[in-house]
Amino acid sequence: MTEQVTSAQLEFVERQMKRRRWVTIIRGLVLFVLLGAWEVGARAGLINDFIFSSPSRIFFCFNEMVRDGSIFYHTGITILETLISFFFVIVLGIGGAIILWSNQMISEVADPYLVMLNSLPKSALAPILIVWLGANVRTIIVAAISVAIFGSILTLHNGFSNMDPDQIKLIISLGGSRKDIMTKVLLPGSIPMIVSNMKVNIGLCLVGVIIGEFLVARAGLGYLIIYGSQTFQLSLVMSSIFILCVMSGMMYMGIGMIEKQIKQ
Amino acid sequence: MIPKLEVKHLSHSFHSMDGETRALSDISFSVKKGEFLAIVGPSGCGKSTLLSLISGLITPSDGEIWIDGNKMVGADPRIGYMLQKDHLLEWRNIFSNACLGLEIQKKLNEVSKERVRKLLMTYGLDAFSDMKPSELSGGMRQRAALIRTLALQPDILLLDEPFSALDYQTRLAVCDDISMIIRSQGKTAILVTHDLSEAVSVADRILILTKRPAQIKTTIPICFPDNANSPLLRRNCPEFSSYFNDVWNSLREGGVS
Ligand SMILES: Nc1ncnc2c1ncn2[C@@H]1O[C@H](COP(=O)(O)OP(=O)(O)OP(=O)(O)O)[C@@H](O)[C@H]1O
Ligand SMILES: [Mg+2]
Repeated sequence: MTEQVTSAQLEFVERQMKRRRWVTIIRGLVLFVLLGAWEVGARAGLINDFIFSSPSRIFFCFNEMVRDGSIFYHTGITILETLISFFFVIVLGIGGAIILWSNQMISEVADPYLVMLNSLPKSALAPILIVWLGANVRTIIVAAISVAIFGSILTLHNGFSNMDPDQIKLIISLGGSRKDIMTKVLLPGSIPMIVSNMKVNIGLCLVGVIIGEFLVARAGLGYLIIYGSQTFQLSLVMSSIFILCVMSGMMYMGIGMIEKQIKQ
Repeated sequence: MIPKLEVKHLSHSFHSMDGETRALSDISFSVKKGEFLAIVGPSGCGKSTLLSLISGLITPSDGEIWIDGNKMVGADPRIGYMLQKDHLLEWRNIFSNACLGLEIQKKLNEVSKERVRKLLMTYGLDAFSDMKPSELSGGMRQRAALIRTLALQPDILLLDEPFSALDYQTRLAVCDDISMIIRSQGKTAILVTHDLSEAVSVADRILILTKRPAQIKTTIPICFPDNANSPLLRRNCPEFSSYFNDVWNSLREGGVS
């Protein structure tokens, strides 16, 4: 274990560290220059800050929303709707994929329908959902589920079917049933795939929730964005988009952390 | 005496939309208790199919299999099957991999756990119980897979090219190792292999199959002096090469077209 670290290795590490520092610095610089140019452009009247807003306006708007607490309310609603639909997507996705995996007949019958539903733009469904379910939170959640569920079932089922047939043989030769195959090798062996599928799904659920909120909501970040653009409060729109960016990044990172935990 | 295992007029065909594949045609043989039988034959002739039939994984199109004088129906706990790869599950440690069969058959209790621990100890794996399969060498993994099979206390072991995933050096050692374990436990074993020298070095009898659909071409009894009781010792005996030639010749006769 105590191998001599050569000078070439040290030099290599040094160079890599240096490169990484530069990447971080330049990243920060890019953001700074963009925001700076935006701000200066707005103040100098080069761009119309009524339409384009400006970093300082966004900051004040954001500050105001933090002060009156409305930001927590709307962000909370959006997060809650996303998590609820995400939960349903996981449960229904895994459940659906297991059903398809355990019954060849069902899987073959369902395949073309799933493929078609998966490629259908879900925003096209939203008006129907409003008619069927009413303009309420239920519609938002169903819309979000519909965005992610079909792809999730297809991906998971595909992963399940690619399982090593010899592992199935092993379980049967040890006297196991189909249930044993599922609980002993299929599910535990698929956890990395399920988690990476979750990473995609959380993003898709957020997309679905925002689509839903555009159409029916009285609250949430999607509602703020629509409301802001209709009343020409572009700072409000920009602030909401900014929060949305941070939120989706954090959700993605959260699942990344779960993934890391599992890999250990 | 009633043979441990008796295969009677076994035939099997696979069906698909592209047509029928006849894999086995009228195979009959029997194995005595404690006997080590090797099966060799051209690639794709139906050797794995034969083991799958004996293990009860698939049902024969025709023919019967008898164990201890009783006709076998479906998978039988008296038979243990060892596949070509070890298939140790990476998310379980070695001990819980070795317990997999017991767990599936709901026979996991303190007594059986102790048995697994003892097996791991006897075969030098006790220090690795808590490790992941990937931390073990190929030979150790194969031994762990054998323990997983032995934990169910089968009378008959079916081995389908169990060493072919190993490199040559390890293969000789693991083959020596595992065949000694099987003999010391007094198990009846059927080994399928491509390696003729492996067959000669471990078996009491070699069954030679024809091309697909497989039939039994000949049976060659193998007999070494009593002191040559391990595969490695057998390889050094003068009889070894003459047996090897016998097997080689009867495989070749009309076999290669
Ligand atoms: N599940 C299956 N469905 C259809 N055909 C099969 C199936 N399993 C095996 N076969 C066919 O049956 C024949 C015998 O296969 P088997 O695997 O028993 O051969 P083998 O002697 O074990 O070959 P190898 O030496 O390469 O391991 C082959 O032609 C194979 O293509
Ligand atoms: Mg085979």
